[in-house]
Amino acid sequence: MTILKSAIDTRSETFQENAKAMRAVVDDLRATVAAIKEGGGAKARDRHVARGKLPPRERVRRLLDPGSPFLELSQLAAHEVYEDPVPAAGLIAGIGRIAGLECMIVANDATVKGGTYYPLTVKKHLRAQEIARENNLPCVYLVDSGGAFLPRQDEVFPDRDHFGRIFYNQATLAAAGVPQIAVVMGSCTAGGAYVPAMADESIIVREQGTIFLGGPPLVKAATGEVVTAEELGGADVHSITSGVTDHLARDDAHALAIARRIVGHLNRAKQPDILLRPSAEPLYPPEDLYGIVPTDLRKPYDVREVIARLVDGSEFDEFKQLYGTTLVTGFAHIHGHPVGIVGNNGILFSESALKGAHFVELCSQRRIPLVFLQNITGFMVGRKYESGGIAKDGAKMVTAVACARVPKITMILGGSFGAGNYGMCGRAYSPRFLWMWPNARISVMGGEQAATVLAEVRRGGIEAAGKKWPEKEEAAFKKPILEQYEHQGHPYYASARLWDDGIVDPADARTVLGLSLSAALNAPVEETRFGVFRM
Amino acid sequence: MFRKILIANRGEIACRVMRTARRLGIRPVAVYSEADAGALHVATADEAYPIGPAPAADSYLRGERVIEAARSAGAEAVHPGYGFLAENADFAEACAKAGLVFIGPPPAAIRAMGSKSEAKALMHKAKVPLVPGYHEADQNLEVLTLAAEQIGYPLLIKASAGGGGKGMRVVENGKGFAAALQAARREAKAAFGDDRVLLEKYLARPRHVEIQVFADGQGNCVHLFERDCSIQRRHQKVLEEAPAPGLAGATRHAMGEAAVAAARAIGYVGAGTVEFLLDEDGGGQAFFFMEMNTRLQVEHAVTEMITGLDLVEWQLRVAAGEALPFAQDDLAIDGHAIEARLYAEDPVAGFLPATGTLRRLRLPTGDAHVRVDTGVREGDAVGVHYDPMIAKLIVWDEDRAAAVRRLAAALDATEILGLSSNVEFLRATAGHPAFAAAELDTRFIERHEADLIGEPAPVPDRILVLATLGVVLDRRREAGVEADGTSDRWSPWLTAQGWRLNGEAREVIAFRDGEIEREIVVRYGRGGRLGLEADGWSASAVGELSADGHLSVDLDGMRCSAGFVRHGLAVSVIARQPGVAGGTHHLMLVDPVAAAEDEAPTARLSAPMPGRIVAVLVDAGTSVDKGQPLLVLEAMKMEHTVAAPAAGTVTGVPYAVGDQVEEGVELIGFDAS
Repeated sequence: MTILKSAIDTRSETFQENAKAMRAVVDDLRATVAAIKEGGGAKARDRHVARGKLPPRERVRRLLDPGSPFLELSQLAAHEVYEDPVPAAGLIAGIGRIAGLECMIVANDATVKGGTYYPLTVKKHLRAQEIARENNLPCVYLVDSGGAFLPRQDEVFPDRDHFGRIFYNQATLAAAGVPQIAVVMGSCTAGGAYVPAMADESIIVREQGTIFLGGPPLVKAATGEVVTAEELGGADVHSITSGVTDHLARDDAHALAIARRIVGHLNRAKQPDILLRPSAEPLYPPEDLYGIVPTDLRKPYDVREVIARLVDGSEFDEFKQLYGTTLVTGFAHIHGHPVGIVGNNGILFSESALKGAHFVELCSQRRIPLVFLQNITGFMVGRKYESGGIAKDGAKMVTAVACARVPKITMILGGSFGAGNYGMCGRAYSPRFLWMWPNARISVMGGEQAATVLAEVRRGGIEAAGKKWPEKEEAAFKKPILEQYEHQGHPYYASARLWDDGIVDPADARTVLGLSLSAALNAPVEETRFGVFRM
Repeated sequence: MFRKILIANRGEIACRVMRTARRLGIRPVAVYSEADAGALHVATADEAYPIGPAPAADSYLRGERVIEAARSAGAEAVHPGYGFLAENADFAEACAKAGLVFIGPPPAAIRAMGSKSEAKALMHKAKVPLVPGYHEADQNLEVLTLAAEQIGYPLLIKASAGGGGKGMRVVENGKGFAAALQAARREAKAAFGDDRVLLEKYLARPRHVEIQVFADGQGNCVHLFERDCSIQRRHQKVLEEAPAPGLAGATRHAMGEAAVAAARAIGYVGAGTVEFLLDEDGGGQAFFFMEMNTRLQVEHAVTEMITGLDLVEWQLRVAAGEALPFAQDDLAIDGHAIEARLYAEDPVAGFLPATGTLRRLRLPTGDAHVRVDTGVREGDAVGVHYDPMIAKLIVWDEDRAAAVRRLAAALDATEILGLSSNVEFLRATAGHPAFAAAELDTRFIERHEADLIGEPAPVPDRILVLATLGVVLDRRREAGVEADGTSDRWSPWLTAQGWRLNGEAREVIAFRDGEIEREIVVRYGRGGRLGLEADGWSASAVGELSADGHLSVDLDGMRCSAGFVRHGLAVSVIARQPGVAGGTHHLMLVDPVAAAEDEAPTARLSAPMPGRIVAVLVDAGTSVDKGQPLLVLEAMKMEHTVAAPAAGTVTGVPYAVGDQVEEGVELIGFDAS
């Protein structure tokens, strides 16, 4: 094994400047997430607790094995998307260990808009189920939701990937052998009633949980029958009479205890079928990454310095080290898991794309999980490169990445622009997990390029009319475009819309990769069949 | 001398007798019940024979099985230890009949002292002073009541056949006499199969001072001075010392003479103890005969420490026919010795015997000043069937003050976790100024109870830090053990540091400390370092926890170590820190989910421990008041009354008198009104 030697001078001015800038964005991330974790705020929380309920994050913590990590997904979902704040889209989702098993936990936060489903709540719920499906993770739903957010019913109800898909997923996940467990800790109204009803095994909390297709107001409107929520669909009704639920819990804590017991009886064992080995810390501290990676995406750095701080023992064996050098490929281990790493070290040329395609084929052949470290402005452009067939070389890499069936995990360290995003396993290429650093940017092209392209088109029009375009006007023309790209390319914007699974502090990157890889191994590593490579 | 002896006992005394036997080149043979198959005395014996099921009545009290074992082993003599068959004249006779030497007094001597009232009559004749009382055979209630009036209150009811506080009751006035008599009779019947009682004047501040006597078969009889066993609770000795502080030379002499006279009066042979009450009211020192124990006493070790003799050795020699090699004038007191009895019991819960596993047992190392007699090891269980003694700590020094310091140090070096023990109580007692000042009498503990058995104060912050660290490290250790058993053992999912994305790896660990709940914020840092924070303080700690519960800690640079045991939600920490009073601290982790798992579905009147039903006081359908006794359970030779928790109705009485019940079973169906 080759041990990466770091050439970083942590006392250098550049390092210090980078570190300061990165720390600022990390601090902002942490502060933003901390605010999101407050859910619907102190008042809503007090009301929630006064009813004898545990706060939603406390429910999750108590459900997990003591001290278990919790890999939370889409913390920034719906962040600054709707007119009202909807922290975390009113839904806590993530992977944690229950009774020794890694499980997907999906918990409504009733302190946020009564736990109702906004469009992005639905998207987050579906993404959690998708992760559960791909990685074969048992699902535990902690249900406390008023159902669909009615004012936005057109964005929540009718389409394929809308509310109904949740129950479709429950059925098909169960069919695929992925356990579905529901704990009813509050309302389960209308469509929501199907979460426990569709579950393999369900629990309901006495005097808290209610399940009904139509609530008391709807019943009264429809039939004139006057009935209380508890009489209509309380815990006793469903545990004793209807059989909609299987277990009756005294309170939240008891319900969670039962849920833990159920998971303990699932009779599942994680059986990784690839060669694992003991984990070893990298030789360099992860905090160095703050000083290595500039927040200014135009400044270059060597991705090997990042790899040296992510992989076990900083050991990295490169493949085609001397060929297509703007793409770094090689083998390493992260927390004992073998990985093939594909990292950008500049713009993609034909050679880099061919090398990438070859390496992805190798890893697929050997059933080695792939980690993409994405920092890409795009493929090289220009006559020479087009005529050299860069489009078909890029296509080879995209084909390889698209078809590879080994677990793929993407981490966007910097820029994610244009076709580079495709070749480096962007969201459309279904990586098992896609994480973004807080300094990263994502858009079809860089803001500067977009503004320039659009300005060129505009100038063409103006000049064709025989007029001149003063520089000042051009700058004024470009400014909103630049601002739009900066705004929409920001990781918070991306994460709010679930273009990724979350934003990660670079110092946590290794842990997040390790947890993601390990979670992915709950499903067997599949064999790959590639499509047609254009030669 | 014998070549092989059988020890008809268990626990520390069996081990102790074996030690001397070995030293003399005698091969020891052990016997054991089913419960003791893995016990220390079995492991250390040359040979060991099973003699029946766990209950003593089916094993250690079955003389014929003991004799059979002795025959199979080819033993020549039987040492009975104390308790069990030690004062059973029939057994002594049966031994003789089987051609075995009973290492103890002749059966006639045992019988003479076996009935307390007969013994007193005998002593009266031998001019040994007696406490005013009623020792007659007539047990008629009116006769006893009249006698009680004549003696005057307060007075003591004792089982004629008894000892060790069983069947004993203090009656403050005539009103409670009949009820106390009934209870004493019931206990006496249960413990000795004989419900006869005697009455005695109750002395206000008596000291319990006893004389060790030793007689051989050649007519020699000496005394080995006194032991002061005044520190008692419920008539059970707690601390014993020799010599008795402040005992006048003349009194010692007179008591010694009286004890030897008592022994001679019954033709005594071997080791025996004559117990006296020493009354210092009015400035003088008057003593009254209480009883004679015709066996080796638990506290014989303090006598050994001040005389340099091995009493077991002399028991063996005398039993083998040798004469005592010393006369009274050859004997002298050297220094001062104190013994503390470590028990599995809960002083806070009225000294209720405790059962459980000794998850951690650390006793001081023996040396010239400290002797440790024990019959258990770390990991052993203390069960319900026998005396729950864990060990005896015996210390010796030149004078009493030095010995008291030694005792404190020895108790400080003692760590018992996994079950309730009296170690803190002993520490408080041995450290009490009144004990240092030798203000001894049998009401000592009663008088100072508030100092000795206070409800535990909130644990010091530092202990809370240690407990938290212990919990975190224990969890990490558990996660590691779990990881070893999986196919994915290096998975970061198997860490137990509460990692969170974009947040501190932080959690709040809550403990219930007595009645209050205390929360500690734990922050997981790099390199296993933990930041701990609670109201008013914070600490940075890193530590290691070994599998046997040794916690070594670096607390803001200060190094210290502690004992740590977690069992379910119960956490115990033993630490001796500068400025931290008391060593053992108990906390409960607050974990509603784990607690929900354990919670019984409804509140029930359940048996606090395994035992036998001795009285059922209500029928199904009875309406009862709050606090009304419903049922009496005898467990660990003590009676426990189950009372109504509230006013209500008895809905079921599933057990009858004589039934054996397991811990936790519902004793009485009850519906609160």
